[in-house]
Amino acid sequence: MQHVAIADRPDELHDPQTFITKYIWSQDHKVIAIQYGGTAIFVGLVALVLSGLMRLQLGFPDTFDFIDPNAYLQFVTMHGMIMVIYLLTALLLGGFGNYLIPLMCGARDMVFPFMNMLSYWVYLLSVIVLLASFFVPGGPTGAGWTLYPPQAILQGTPGYDWGIILMLVSLAIFIVAFTMGGLNYVTTVLQARTRGMTLMRMPLTIWGIFTATVLGLLAFPALLVSAIMMMLDKLAGTSFFMPALVSLGENLEYTGGSPVLFQHLFWFFGHPEVYIVALPAFGMVSDVLATHARKNIFGYRMMVWAIVAIGGLSFIVWAHHMYVSGMHPAFGFFFATTTLIIAVPTAIKVYNWILTLWQGNIHLTVPMLFAIGFIFTFTHGGLTGLFLGNVTIDLPLSDTYFVVAHFHMVMGVSPIMVLFAAIYHWYPLMTGRMFNVALGKAHFWFTFLGTYAIYLPMHYLGFLGVPRRYFAMGSTDFIPESAQSLNASITVSALIVGASQLIFLYNVIWSLRNGEKCERNPWGATSLEWQTEHVPPHHGNWGAELPTVHRWAYDFSVPGVEQDFIPQNHPVTAEEQTGGEEGEKA
Amino acid sequence: MSIFSTLREKPWIQHPLPAGGSVDEEVADPQAAARLALRFVLAIVGVLFFLFIITFLSRSQYPDFEALSGAPWQPFTDASRLWFNTGVLAVASLAMQISLVSARRQRLNAAVVGLSAAVFFTIGFLLAQYELWLHLQSMGFYMNSNPANSYFYLLTAVHGLHLVGGLLVLAHVVFRIWYDEELATLAGPLQLCAVYWHFLFGVWLVLFALLTSTPETINALAALCGF
Repeated sequence: MQHVAIADRPDELHDPQTFITKYIWSQDHKVIAIQYGGTAIFVGLVALVLSGLMRLQLGFPDTFDFIDPNAYLQFVTMHGMIMVIYLLTALLLGGFGNYLIPLMCGARDMVFPFMNMLSYWVYLLSVIVLLASFFVPGGPTGAGWTLYPPQAILQGTPGYDWGIILMLVSLAIFIVAFTMGGLNYVTTVLQARTRGMTLMRMPLTIWGIFTATVLGLLAFPALLVSAIMMMLDKLAGTSFFMPALVSLGENLEYTGGSPVLFQHLFWFFGHPEVYIVALPAFGMVSDVLATHARKNIFGYRMMVWAIVAIGGLSFIVWAHHMYVSGMHPAFGFFFATTTLIIAVPTAIKVYNWILTLWQGNIHLTVPMLFAIGFIFTFTHGGLTGLFLGNVTIDLPLSDTYFVVAHFHMVMGVSPIMVLFAAIYHWYPLMTGRMFNVALGKAHFWFTFLGTYAIYLPMHYLGFLGVPRRYFAMGSTDFIPESAQSLNASITVSALIVGASQLIFLYNVIWSLRNGEKCERNPWGATSLEWQTEHVPPHHGNWGAELPTVHRWAYDFSVPGVEQDFIPQNHPVTAEEQTGGEEGEKA
Repeated sequence: MSIFSTLREKPWIQHPLPAGGSVDEEVADPQAAARLALRFVLAIVGVLFFLFIITFLSRSQYPDFEALSGAPWQPFTDASRLWFNTGVLAVASLAMQISLVSARRQRLNAAVVGLSAAVFFTIGFLLAQYELWLHLQSMGFYMNSNPANSYFYLLTAVHGLHLVGGLLVLAHVVFRIWYDEELATLAGPLQLCAVYWHFLFGVWLVLFALLTSTPETINALAALCGF
């Protein structure tokens, strides 16, 4: 399935001539990827600072005058929304999706390069609108990242006036950007693969990104629908979600709308969103593990099936976020069941990662450390998910720090570990230089141990019943005073982890100029992106001719072959051929 | 099904490439990518309207919901205006199809006339819908006075915006072909536009049926969905 216009007619490539067309209004997927990545990391740093401010308040209440309850809620909201949408989704799909899809599939660029460029600029606009809410009267919204009505648009909630509107507008713009990018990713994967690159020869990274993009394309409309309807409730006085209510002693004009309807819509987007973030991470970590363990990925087909199954199932688990919402209790049983079922393909993936490592020739490189760290954090976060998936356990724990600890382990720390693994893994390809390994390892240990120092005690706070979202605990009889000491220690750990990200930033920037120039394919990887003529790949990726793929992406340590990896574009030898036929008979 | 046989492949077993061709030999078609992208666009737009409709049915079960049809004083008990608008959009869709068929047969003048008619009737539909908004408001059916009204304005607006988007893409295609390419290549992109038009016409028929349904019909639909 070749896309002829791009694949075989390099003259049609929009060759950039000037600095502006090359680096700013660029239609090259690699430049767009780096623009996406840079913007996402920048806005992620803003969210990181916000989390530090939240932790300062929680760890040392009554110490910082500038953090009042309103500001605290605004920090919580903006931290959550930025991290989930504007950092993770944008970096995993806009950043790595853009960079890796054409290279790993053997294409010269995305199928619609102009739309791809537009996607980035629209994304940037959404980020600007979002950040603008810090500077409007009343500040950003403090409704919590889920933006539940009716409180999100009612007086008393910080940012109920301007903040919430900018948030909704920014989300709508983001969805437009994502849709333009997403259409490119799916069509490129389906239409622009080079000769020999069958679907089942694609690296798992591409499977993960592809499936996540399909999820995103079908799930983001739910967020758009809820954003539009809430905006109308706010601006036009409709009552889609707003019930009849009395606010500050005054009867409002809203009549009988349904806040739970919003929650259904939000989580119909929100749960697939978890997998929009997780699936690319699953894919990338699989490739990092196989490459650095010099071993083929265990159960490739099962891994692909699991990705597809998780993608499908992710649309029928959403209401496990809503056990305490007042929805029909019978729903709880259904959604608890589907939630436990989705754990099966997920567990298959974890077993397969471990079995990939088993008897592998493990190189503890920086990307590998992060990948192994991911297996730990994801297993812990996933296991607490099994607890919370059950209605009876979720009810008492739902509004406590147990949930905060759970989703940070599974959806915060785990994808971030993979992102770091991926950045370190592909850094030599993107820049042509090697990062500083010692700094990379220091960054890993601070991050890995630090996140455990933050989130393990947080589970315990949850068991104690410490409620989440609260600005300050106040005097509660059932929470011992020692909980506050734990909170203070969590804050110290969080600040250390936050500061240690400076090591990463320094390393990435310093190595751009001073890193050792690395040879081509320094990790001995098999997939196509490492087989380009130039490192970093030039515009158009491949020279005069596209590569031809002869094998899957996991021919590591093939018996009888001297080199411990065979790139995908190396033809099959005669011995391999006979070996392969025997294998088929067997 | 081919997707299942694809997923059953064992990529670790070596298969040499068939001599001289790609593994997935498919007739090279520059429109293939655009056609695939269009399918995804239709799926996304479909999901969007599906979700709107689901929320409509859910919201209809709250006591303050007054359907726009069924009682003599409701505006769509006599839906002749909507029937007229529907007719206009149907003609637009038909003109698009005629234009496409003409372009395929290289009767380019007929194609341009058909295309112009399609644009004319599409804009006509949009104006007629706007006029209907004004008419409803003059009768006191404001957007915020009832959730059924809110849905009427919301759904027609979203549908209209999709038509406007279609018009912009169509304008882009026509200008590109006019200035950069041969008019003879019109049929390819026009086919995609025509599919989009027919799809939006189909969406409109569903919305039309929903918005003019009597409370009994709406209740039955909502009950079917479990609300």
